[in-house]
Amino acid sequence: MGLGGLLVGLFLVSAVLVGTSVRHGVPRAEPEPEPELELAEWDPASGAFPEDSLWPLPQSLRTSPRQLQLAPDRFQIVHGAGSSAGPACALLQDAFRRYYEYMFGYARWLQRGRKGLAAKPELAQLQVVISSPEPGCNGYPQLASSEAYRLTITEPVAVLKADEVWGALRGLETFSQLVHEDDYGSFLVNASEIYDFPRFAHRGILLDTSRHYLPLKSILTNLDAMAFNKFNVLHWHVVDDQSFPYQSIYFPELSNKGAYSYNHIYTPTDVHLVIEYARLRGIRVIPEFDTPGHTQSWGQGQKDLLTPCYSGKQPSGSFGPVNPILNTTYDFMTKFFKEISSVFPDDYIHLGGDEVSFACWKSNPEVKEFMKKQGFGIDYAKLESYYIQKILDIVSSYNKGYVVWQEVFDNKAQLKPDTVIEVWMGNNYVQELSSVTGAGFTAILAAPWYLDYISYGQDWKKYYSVEPLDFPGSEKQKKLVIGGEACLWGEFVDATNLTPRLWPRASAVGERLWSSRNVTDLNDAYKRLSNHRCRMLSRGIAAEPVFVGYCAHEARGR
Amino acid sequence: MLNRKLRNAFTLETVLLILTQPWEEQSCDCCSAPGNCCLNPSTLTQKLHLGGSERGRGNEQPWGKPCTQLLVSVATPGCDGFPSLDSKESYKLSISEDSLLLSADAVWGALRGLETFSQLVGRDEDGTYYVNETEIVDFPRFRHRGLLLDTSRHYLPLKAILQTLDVMAYNKFNVFHWHIVDDPSFPYESVTFPELSRKGAFNAITHVYTASDVKAVIEYARLRGIRVIAEFDTPGHTLSWGPGAPGLLTPCYSGKNLSGTYGPINPILNSTYEFVTRFFQEVSAVFPDFFLHLGGDEVDFTCWKSNPKIRAFMQEMGFGDDFTKLESFYIQRLLDIISSFGKGYVVWQEVFDNGVKVRPDTIVHVWKENATPYMQEMAQVTKAGYRALLSAPWYLNHISYGQDWMEAYQVEPLKFEGSPEQKDRVIGGEACMWGEYVDVTNLTPRLWPRAGAVAERLWSNATVRNLQDAYVRLASFRCELLRRGIQAQPLFTGYCDHEFSGF
Repeated sequence: MGLGGLLVGLFLVSAVLVGTSVRHGVPRAEPEPEPELELAEWDPASGAFPEDSLWPLPQSLRTSPRQLQLAPDRFQIVHGAGSSAGPACALLQDAFRRYYEYMFGYARWLQRGRKGLAAKPELAQLQVVISSPEPGCNGYPQLASSEAYRLTITEPVAVLKADEVWGALRGLETFSQLVHEDDYGSFLVNASEIYDFPRFAHRGILLDTSRHYLPLKSILTNLDAMAFNKFNVLHWHVVDDQSFPYQSIYFPELSNKGAYSYNHIYTPTDVHLVIEYARLRGIRVIPEFDTPGHTQSWGQGQKDLLTPCYSGKQPSGSFGPVNPILNTTYDFMTKFFKEISSVFPDDYIHLGGDEVSFACWKSNPEVKEFMKKQGFGIDYAKLESYYIQKILDIVSSYNKGYVVWQEVFDNKAQLKPDTVIEVWMGNNYVQELSSVTGAGFTAILAAPWYLDYISYGQDWKKYYSVEPLDFPGSEKQKKLVIGGEACLWGEFVDATNLTPRLWPRASAVGERLWSSRNVTDLNDAYKRLSNHRCRMLSRGIAAEPVFVGYCAHEARGR
Repeated sequence: MLNRKLRNAFTLETVLLILTQPWEEQSCDCCSAPGNCCLNPSTLTQKLHLGGSERGRGNEQPWGKPCTQLLVSVATPGCDGFPSLDSKESYKLSISEDSLLLSADAVWGALRGLETFSQLVGRDEDGTYYVNETEIVDFPRFRHRGLLLDTSRHYLPLKAILQTLDVMAYNKFNVFHWHIVDDPSFPYESVTFPELSRKGAFNAITHVYTASDVKAVIEYARLRGIRVIAEFDTPGHTLSWGPGAPGLLTPCYSGKNLSGTYGPINPILNSTYEFVTRFFQEVSAVFPDFFLHLGGDEVDFTCWKSNPKIRAFMQEMGFGDDFTKLESFYIQRLLDIISSFGKGYVVWQEVFDNGVKVRPDTIVHVWKENATPYMQEMAQVTKAGYRALLSAPWYLNHISYGQDWMEAYQVEPLKFEGSPEQKDRVIGGEACMWGEYVDVTNLTPRLWPRAGAVAERLWSNATVRNLQDAYVRLASFRCELLRRGIQAQPLFTGYCDHEFSGF
């Protein structure tokens, strides 16, 4: 220990004094004389600031070299004066505890708590102030929720201001990213001023629990990681051809016969848990029940739902998409989506509608007869639209909005004007965004972010370099792009490789959707992303490395 | 169920035998027999994962008489030795109503046979363990079946290495090629030169392998019949050596001035060879295997070219502008040093390509995929009389979308123009998991079960190449890996009864 240690010793006395004053009275935020804050515009190139670890980068950030120290045994996150939320706000209480643990760890600070503080002024509190009369503690996040926040870090207290709890959650994440531990085990934060809000309102991750079942724990872990990256939508592609793990209350046979096994299901309790765990992190859960294609697993538990395919004049024994010509189909769907609409609180349901193969419909004489009767000729896209429109009407009747894959738009189904179109086809997504928004529909972009397509090297750069609004269109059209989703389809993914395959690659998408359009510097992003990945490791997310190097706290081998 | 096709196996469809006794209770009859070797029954329990079924232990068994013992008979003892290139891994497994018998020449074969036996044990719906009547004669096609891990680009905790050794044993791999140091970091804690890791590791306390770590790896591997071949790659790939060994690396010049950066090991100084001698003396003693891997790949000549003293040396030696001659000069001295310690060596193909004079028993490791087509390289290496190891098509760190295990599986290592003698010189191959993008977070799912495809190619008969059949066996073997607690990723859509749950 050299000069540094000596200085720590010399200034111990004053540090203790600061500590005493804090213990005897809770300092107030307002009337404190403004400390000398030398706020400088942050220079990302300098590399000298701990802000090197911020991810995604805030919209506006001013930080000072002046460092404040946090004493884990005294530091508190509290409800500030004038906040419409208080200790009754369980969502925030839970978040306060969570972020306290992320910052200081669980047990480590207990030993260190008695240690004196160094010569730095102490930050005693983070006061969280919710300004809206409806803070949203018991509500669900929505597309229109406000996630903006303002974070002022000065001694002796820092203040986090947000309209709603959702903004407070984002601000807590940012605050926790600013706190760092120095070589002597002291927790420090630079005096800073941050104003932040998301660029896009819909920032999603798609998980596919049909191709492989994902244990509940795995889903919850990824909700944690999503919160660390300010994602706010879990697009739960819950069922598909391969398996039907959703345990329906009205139709339990669907999972009894369509799941991989009795162990590979999500019970109503599991689903509630996911929704609540997500809510506490400001994440919406949009379930996808994709029809009329991608429904093989539905067939086993629901007789006559799927179209029987023919080989010549005989049924071949195999089945195609949902049978669109039977009344029983719509009776079933009415009841099924009634359940889904009440189980999932979000305003939106994803109805799929992608990749409908017409081969089976074409083979079936009754379907052909129906086509004739309806005057569809041989245009099976019309039959598909016929089906989709009926489903959309059903779902609308439950006061839900809906998201559909781009084919539904491409096939010219009659859509309600507030339909959200998800663009996923990789070949010409720029043009597709232009057409979808040109027709006045809201769009979500997923095409360039299929993270299940892996390749050698730093492919995060590719995801990071996408500019969602880089398509021909008016300002009005651009406003219709509400965000995007990183998709991790499950053909080759299960609980064994989900986390390292998703993180930190999805983080690149997270920053693209949150931060300002001009945040595009790859070198700066590399540095911050590497640090962010190490932070995720320390929080228990097995995020894979960006490139050669190490983290101070590596993931432990099991 | 079986990961790999056995050379000569038949299986009766009727289930005759059940294992109902707790394995701890069995005695090992062969122990007392002279010349035989006893395997620890507790190891058996571990290997077999016999959970023990309460229901299965009931009295009314619809089965035949329960069998309680697998007799392991080993002809030549050697329990305390290390496996080597010449170790015998063949075994016979004879499972009938009267007896369960595993016989092998050496303990190494017994280990392979135990693995096979454990893969034959099934469990019915009542939880009863059973095994079919079976006769197996089995032996490896290639003697060297390796896996490379890179602990320099990312540090791998000891636990991750040990677990990989477990899975290697499940796959009948028998060589752990430990690419322990490289440019980015020097995690090997040297007794002779402790400064190397003190200054060259990512973190001198937490990101190093201590002498006892290294011993643990070697012993854990030995118990599984796995050799540990350490690679200390020189003269390139040595940037991390520099801080702890002043004067070892070549100072690069920019024009007439030192640029402050360093290149490969400085081959013109006597002090270099003194260092190398002492360092490899330690390494030769620490690693018991006969072979060391000396690297020798990808030497960049730019820095050597920039250095005036090196240029003067080149002139003096009459090397002209041919820096491969300087590389050869270094390598030859290195090889002589290693030989003097009674060790053999493996080198990457460049050493051969550059015409370095090597001992005839040198093993040349073929890794370049395209420069010369790798099969052509195999032909050239073996034609020159050297033994060859194949890795070029098995760089498992190169990932892509889909079932890329199939490509690895379809490789035929002997598919090159050459005489039978040349083919005999191909002693095997290695799956490589380089560490640029791999650390403990993704190592296991990225490695398994993809490396299983390489394992079967190197163990089983050349005729075993049916992809559909391999898919079915590999998918169920992957589920078995999950059951054994290994985070092996899926081959394709589907599920396992025991999904991965170790978060």
